[in-house]
Amino acid sequence: MTRRKPIATGSDWNFEVLEAYEQAIAELAREYRLDTYPNQIEIITSEQMMDAYASVGMPVGYHHWSFGKQFLSVEQAYRRGQMGLAYELVINSDPCIAYLMEENSLMMQILVIAHACYGHNSFFKGNYLFRTWTDASAIVDYLVFARKYIAKCEERHGVAAVEQLLDACHALQNYGVDRYKRPSPISAEAESRRQEEREAYLQTQVNTLWSTIPTPSSGLAQAPLHDDENDPLGLHRHGRYPSEPQENLLYFLEKNAPLLEPWQREIVRIVRKLAQYFYPQRQTQVMNEGWATFWHYTLMNRMYDDGLIDEGIMLEFLQSHTSVVSQPGFDNPYFNGLNPYALGFAMFSDIKRICDSPNDEDREWFPDIAGSDWLETLHFAMQNFKDESFIQQFLSPKVIRDLKLFSLVDDDRDDALQIEAIHDDRGYRRIREALSVQYALSAREPNIQVWEADIRGDRSLTMRHVQDRRRPLGQSLFPVLRHLHQLWGFPVKLESVEDGEIVRRYQWPIPEPVRESA
Amino acid sequence: MSYFIDRRPNARNKSAVNRQRFLQRYRSHIKRAVEESVNRRSITDMERGEKVSIPAKDISEPSFQHGPGGRRTVVSPGNKEFAEGDRLRRPSGGGGGGSGEGQASDQGEGVDEFVFTLSREEFLDFVFDGLELPHLERKQLRVLEETRPVRAGISKEGVPARINIVRSMREAQARRIGMKAPLKRALREACEALALEERKDPVLRNPARIDELKLEIERLEKRIASIPFLDTYDLRYNHLTHQPMPSNQAVMFCIMDVSGSMTQAHKDIGKRFFLLLYLFLERNYEKVELVFVRHHTVAKEVDEEEFFYSRETGGTIVSSALTLVNSIIEARYAPEEWNLYVAQASDGDNWDDDSSTCLELLDESLMPKLQYFTYVEITPHAHQALWEAYDTVKAAYPERFAMQQIVQAEDIYPVFRELFRQRAQS
Repeated sequence: MTRRKPIATGSDWNFEVLEAYEQAIAELAREYRLDTYPNQIEIITSEQMMDAYASVGMPVGYHHWSFGKQFLSVEQAYRRGQMGLAYELVINSDPCIAYLMEENSLMMQILVIAHACYGHNSFFKGNYLFRTWTDASAIVDYLVFARKYIAKCEERHGVAAVEQLLDACHALQNYGVDRYKRPSPISAEAESRRQEEREAYLQTQVNTLWSTIPTPSSGLAQAPLHDDENDPLGLHRHGRYPSEPQENLLYFLEKNAPLLEPWQREIVRIVRKLAQYFYPQRQTQVMNEGWATFWHYTLMNRMYDDGLIDEGIMLEFLQSHTSVVSQPGFDNPYFNGLNPYALGFAMFSDIKRICDSPNDEDREWFPDIAGSDWLETLHFAMQNFKDESFIQQFLSPKVIRDLKLFSLVDDDRDDALQIEAIHDDRGYRRIREALSVQYALSAREPNIQVWEADIRGDRSLTMRHVQDRRRPLGQSLFPVLRHLHQLWGFPVKLESVEDGEIVRRYQWPIPEPVRESA
Repeated sequence: MSYFIDRRPNARNKSAVNRQRFLQRYRSHIKRAVEESVNRRSITDMERGEKVSIPAKDISEPSFQHGPGGRRTVVSPGNKEFAEGDRLRRPSGGGGGGSGEGQASDQGEGVDEFVFTLSREEFLDFVFDGLELPHLERKQLRVLEETRPVRAGISKEGVPARINIVRSMREAQARRIGMKAPLKRALREACEALALEERKDPVLRNPARIDELKLEIERLEKRIASIPFLDTYDLRYNHLTHQPMPSNQAVMFCIMDVSGSMTQAHKDIGKRFFLLLYLFLERNYEKVELVFVRHHTVAKEVDEEEFFYSRETGGTIVSSALTLVNSIIEARYAPEEWNLYVAQASDGDNWDDDSSTCLELLDESLMPKLQYFTYVEITPHAHQALWEAYDTVKAAYPERFAMQQIVQAEDIYPVFRELFRQRAQS
């Protein structure tokens, strides 16, 4: 490749220069088969960036105090200089919206274009979670709809009522997603789906579920008197409702909460839809950032090799890149958990190394990919995994060694902490396993499902928390139950279950004479 | 396919609504924080925004989370000396050291503070929340001398700068149509008559009639052509009238006793009170002027610096200050144009015989002109003759006269609030 003249030098930018760089990057990206949505690159001021941050990057959003809180804390951090406004904010939409801050230097703008417009963008388009769970082309329209709808509700029912409802929904939004069940692929025909939803709602209206007179069981006549002393006629032997535990609490409430008004159901639905939209992002932090970082690094180096950027820009870039992927140790005052940029970048870079120049260790650990085509393998890894499985599959001994990972067990039955594994032959697999679990959303968030709605009795709702390794629920549980109670309208109960046994019970409202259940 | 959009010209306060919602929701928290900071800080600092912190747990958004306890495994980077199987003492204070999960989890940890900055406007809103200026309304409704130009329709006379082009052109068009219509009708008739005449058998034609008609046509065409496109009659002007405007300016008289008995501490308390009042007036009026009058046995109008910081000694004659204020009002601030406020701070000492003079002065000359008179007595001691005299004034003008006692600096804000509390309107 012939060395070309740099498109621009120095730190000032203008639109022509940005467009030229964007085209150069696009050309290189095509070479690397980065398939992207069209890019909509918006130049904004730092104040607008703070606005964008406060609304999680969404170009439009409904109004809620929590976004105001977010804005105030971003503003505070920015003023104190604790936080340079991070340089990238990108939205999984079609076209993919990315923001460039006007204060940034030319290098920064090129870096963001490479990182966000080609790194993240191709991840959004390629990764299976995003492909199956979100509809990039419809999200902006949906946001506009949500904002208008909620504003209309505020007009009609008062800001306070809507705010209360949103508070309750937000408390449960992490439980407003289908986790284990894959949703049916989202069809482009949002309109017809909405139609269906309305019909579904009408059905719940006629559903006999909540008819005040309990219908006798058809099997009652044949049913022999059974030996339950409390229920000799077997009136309560109807099987639970719902017959299967429900993971999606908001969905269950939207469809089954007895007292919600139609507009309230629609708002529950809006929060649920948006939670579902963000769900893949929460599961692919390491991969997404790693992928984008790997590509900005690769693309910047290519541009330097081709002569499109000069030494000045390259040096500035390397300095910025190094701080992005730095990983302070656990005992460093700046330590704030594992840096997803560092881990993801290390892993993708290492996959490339394993493909390009494998050693014996790599051949033993990764027989399938050692020596294969690196670009092919990288795309495969990006497309078919989420953090949990990506780490399980691709975390190599070399990365564990480089980051000096170790795993620590904290058991409340043990008076000391124990080092379970370190970066040695005996430890690699265990660390990989433990890290994979650490990124599994199912282990990060308590596993809580709807267990039973007592439709024949007091209409109480019972949830089950499947307790994992004796980890109890945190104190924030009661405020959440209160919100849940507001939505359901009748008492809510929560049981923590471990190994098939109920270990703790919670209830809201707290019953008047606190009765200890045996 | 990529495209750039310059969004910089767009509005920047997209979050303003959400911000207001947040402030509204935590009103009571913020108010408490603002009140504390007003008491704690020097009031001269109130001009700028204020950093406010409220307990994070009060504004947390709850969600289901793991609590401390049970068995958990954390993978961390940066191992230096650990080997497999090492056992470490649990760090004291708080459950497991697991921060591997990264992001903000508010699991029982100490009282974190949520800190943010209120803008100056927002801060003052909170400071003066629930306060109102007494009789602001009455004064504003009174018709005053000051006027402002207001649009008042269209007129036929005016200066060229105020020509209303659309209306003028419309007039012109109407005039043209109106003036041309009869001429055109006559022209048409003449043309028809001419045509009729010319179609006749040559024997029957009347040449004189034809000439006559031709002349007539020529005359009419000339007249139509001479109708002007735009005439002076057509011109219309935007008309302005001068409307009397409610006064939106206030003057605040600060009266302070600087006799020997007033210490610097007393003066500081007084200063804070004046500052609060000034800020408050500033929010309600477009223009606020300050007049400083200090007195011992004689009163003098001074500048701010001298007012607060120069020292004097001697006895106290309060009426001297009231007399001076009265003459200043008469000389410079006509009550029809200005909203007049008087704030007086003193330690309550006065020359024995003077208090009755004060009562007379206030009752007869000052109070009828004033919007509001506030008196703060900075003393831990029992009241003296001046307080009693003022008490009589208060009885006579309960709506417009207020007095309170201040013992120490912390009392200022509550006293200020008491003086300007929103009164239930009947």
